[in-house]
Amino acid sequence: MENEKICVRVKFFAAPREALGVGEMELELPPGTTVEALIDQLTRTHPVLRPYTRFINVAVNRAYVGMQTTLQDGDEVACLPPVGGG
Amino acid sequence: MKQFEITTEEISVDQVVARLADPGSGAVVTFVGVVRGTTEGHEVRYLEYEAYPEMAQDTLQQIGDEIRARWHTIRGVKIVHRIGRLQVGETAVVIALSAAHRSQVFDALRYAIDRLKAFVPIWKKEVWADGAEWRSERGPE
Repeated sequence: MENEKICVRVKFFAAPREALGVGEMELELPPGTTVEALIDQLTRTHPVLRPYTRFINVAVNRAYVGMQTTLQDGDEVACLPPVGGG
Repeated sequence: MKQFEITTEEISVDQVVARLADPGSGAVVTFVGVVRGTTEGHEVRYLEYEAYPEMAQDTLQQIGDEIRARWHTIRGVKIVHRIGRLQVGETAVVIALSAAHRSQVFDALRYAIDRLKAFVPIWKKEVWADGAEWRSERGPE
């Protein structure tokens, strides 16, 4: 069905958050979208993210995942630049 | 009190250590991470720490679980990390471990801080008199 979409919440932190000007956004995506496809899409729709996306690790529902992970409706996706606590 | 905590409040090392009180422990070691006043020639005005708090708490818990699995002699693990604006000299992180005896507790402490820096979703922005930069263990982005 053409209106069958999943909805995910995407969170941003640190330098990419500042570049983007917002900490989170909600996106509708086709079912079967992978993390990698989401990052590619974000880089196209928000070119300010381009300097950061290749260094980003992604967490889904608060756990690190691989780029081939398929997103599910309701997922919380976090784009995590290299961390530096302590 | 929580064993693993992200807070915007000042951290008291004594209070973190007090949470480890346990008659079976004969050794407590702590790591205290403090805001340094200079980095690579820049004079630091302040640091701005940011976290993904829910995931940071989960990953700190995971580090605690890893330590207990690796070093069976460790009895207690507490980690508190502060976020928000921190001035030079303020405490950013306290890690405290307890064990019956001192052997291995230093190795476990070293593991805890190395893991935290590599893995827990916390970021810091150094704000200098003449600029600012987000820093990570892998160097500037």
